[in-house]
Amino acid sequence: MIKSGFFERNLKYLFPLPALIFVLLLMVFPVLYTLFISFTNWSLTSGRPMEIVGFASYLKVLKDPRFRDAIGRTFYFTIGAVVVEAVLGTVIALILNREFRGKNGLKLLLLLPLVATPVAVGIVFNLFYDPTIGFLNYVLSALGLPQSGWVTASKTVLPSLMLVDIWQWTPMISLIVLAGLAGLSSEPYESAKVDGASSVQIFFNITLPMIMPTILTAIILRAVDALKTYDIIYAMTQGGPGYSSETLNLLAYKVSFEYFSMGQASAILVFLFIIVLVFSLGVMSARKKFEL
Amino acid sequence: MKRVLVVLLIITLSFSLFAQGASDKGAKKEEIRVLLANHPYGELLKAKIPEFEAKTGIKVNVESLQEAQLTQKLTTEFATGSSTVDVFMTRPLQEGLLFIKNGYYQGLGAYDFADYPDNSVDVGRKDGVVYIVPLITEWQVMYYRKDLFAKAGIKVPTDFVELEAAAKALTKDGVAGFGSRGQGAAAVTQLSSFLYNHGGNYLENGVAVFDSPGSIDGLRYYGRLLGNYGPQGVGSMSWENLMPVFQAGKLAMWTDASVFLDQVVDPTKTAIPAEDVGVAQLPRGPKGDSPFIVVSWGMGMSSKSKNPDAAMEFLKWATSEELAVDAMLKNIPMARDSAWKNAKVREMMHPGIIATQAHAAQNGYPYDRPFMSAVGQARDLIGEVIQETINTKGTSTRLEALAKEKAAAVNELLKADGEYGGK
Repeated sequence: MIKSGFFERNLKYLFPLPALIFVLLLMVFPVLYTLFISFTNWSLTSGRPMEIVGFASYLKVLKDPRFRDAIGRTFYFTIGAVVVEAVLGTVIALILNREFRGKNGLKLLLLLPLVATPVAVGIVFNLFYDPTIGFLNYVLSALGLPQSGWVTASKTVLPSLMLVDIWQWTPMISLIVLAGLAGLSSEPYESAKVDGASSVQIFFNITLPMIMPTILTAIILRAVDALKTYDIIYAMTQGGPGYSSETLNLLAYKVSFEYFSMGQASAILVFLFIIVLVFSLGVMSARKKFEL
Repeated sequence: MKRVLVVLLIITLSFSLFAQGASDKGAKKEEIRVLLANHPYGELLKAKIPEFEAKTGIKVNVESLQEAQLTQKLTTEFATGSSTVDVFMTRPLQEGLLFIKNGYYQGLGAYDFADYPDNSVDVGRKDGVVYIVPLITEWQVMYYRKDLFAKAGIKVPTDFVELEAAAKALTKDGVAGFGSRGQGAAAVTQLSSFLYNHGGNYLENGVAVFDSPGSIDGLRYYGRLLGNYGPQGVGSMSWENLMPVFQAGKLAMWTDASVFLDQVVDPTKTAIPAEDVGVAQLPRGPKGDSPFIVVSWGMGMSSKSKNPDAAMEFLKWATSEELAVDAMLKNIPMARDSAWKNAKVREMMHPGIIATQAHAAQNGYPYDRPFMSAVGQARDLIGEVIQETINTKGTSTRLEALAKEKAAAVNELLKADGEYGGK
């Protein structure tokens, strides 16, 4: 029959085709194009056409102390924020896993920071943090405690930003872990109780190992996001004071859209891409150890 | 296989049908795309655009953006060749050189520049062609609290020695005596007059000189004032952060651009009565009396405009004398000479604005930042020196060395862009 022609024979290729084209155009192409630009000296301020210069942009970036500082800050911010979020998020999830009155209302409250726009969150926290007319220093001085410079001092700016990240994203970890807890079978608990295990023993020897894969998944999701954090930092400090909250993503933004050195900015982004990739693969292989 | 080809052919043909439809629609009515800044003049234009549309039949699609985002949007659109912008507000000192060099602006041979001061037109001129219509001028002024001065029994400072003494005397009871931008790159423009008044500068003949003795004196003075008498956290503050502090009554003197007066005394944002807020000229320094006075905003036309006639018509209207007078009546300082001579304007404007403008126009210096293509990066480099001097209250022992290092880095940028030595 003529009808059972091309379409029928190739259905298995044709149906995924739109998705494949989508992925190629919108995900693979930008990455490859960034890679290409990173090997050029494309700079808008020079007014010259771009030339391919090999690894020159990479060398220039590696030599720049700002880049090395930015890497350090990126990890400091990510680790600081995600570790607190993971611990706090798990604790909240364990609390929410019990039955008590007002539980659903509490869950709803937890969701609110997640749906807030980062820029709006940044603006509100900036008002809290303002050293002269802000709420937090007012509270500190009312309690007789020394005031802090918060986001305006180079020593406190990253912890202050982490606090915002923690406020906004701890609920996400809670929700993921809560879903993990709901899926646990009750058999191990019953046998542990029969054997006379204490609740501390039960937590560390049964609950924690069983939800560890879930927690690690949540950590991967959060950490990949935190490594690339841009919105909150840009809205609150734009990398300042000085460069003291400039993470890799902020630096790449500045180099591309304020300095217009597209080659170097692309090189920075390739480094960031590699860091995120290596980190994710590392955590994923750690996750495998906990799977049965 | 044939079937597939037929289907593809039909799809391709129908695409061109849609395209036809689009161009038909465009031919009926002229349309232009205009990018404005979130600036009082941008707001004024937006409100008046319906009048322009009614008069000319040209449809105007407006977008408003913050200044930094505006530069970024324009640059990326132009650089990637995807731009459909026809007319836009532009900052001559920030992106002017870059845009001229890359051919983003349309030369404005058909525009009449007779009503503008020469030095403000020169900023947008290259090889005899003018690319930018000057729109707004800004100069440095000092906002101060008349009531606090009266209470302390001191008069408004006229030189830097008096300024420091006044700042010291007024720093008490939770009020900071003196504020100005401290956040590195943002502070570059406000520091400029302090350099000029100490005999320093950012660039001279296309070479970085902010490590010269005069410049270092200016940097130390600025750091000393802000470090000792500035509000807490001043090292990370730009005007957006300083204004609320001034409005909350926690700042006695604040130097910044002249455009902010209306916002400073806006009764919905401050409890300080307008009559308690004074506007004075920046005090003179030991080696000069030259506050910056710059064309902070201009208007340009895209060289890729598909509707150059309609775009030109809009440009002429948006920079017209009539609108300039309207803006002046709202305390927006315009670049047109005639607007300043208008009798109604002189009657309505704040006397402090008129007096400081007259002083700056006569003695001022037409740049407030290093005038170069890589100005964004240069501002960050100079910002590092500003940060150092504020953090050490002007006493840093490595300030000279740091300034020298950063000046060398700025010279490298000038060389890389072929602008070193004023080429």
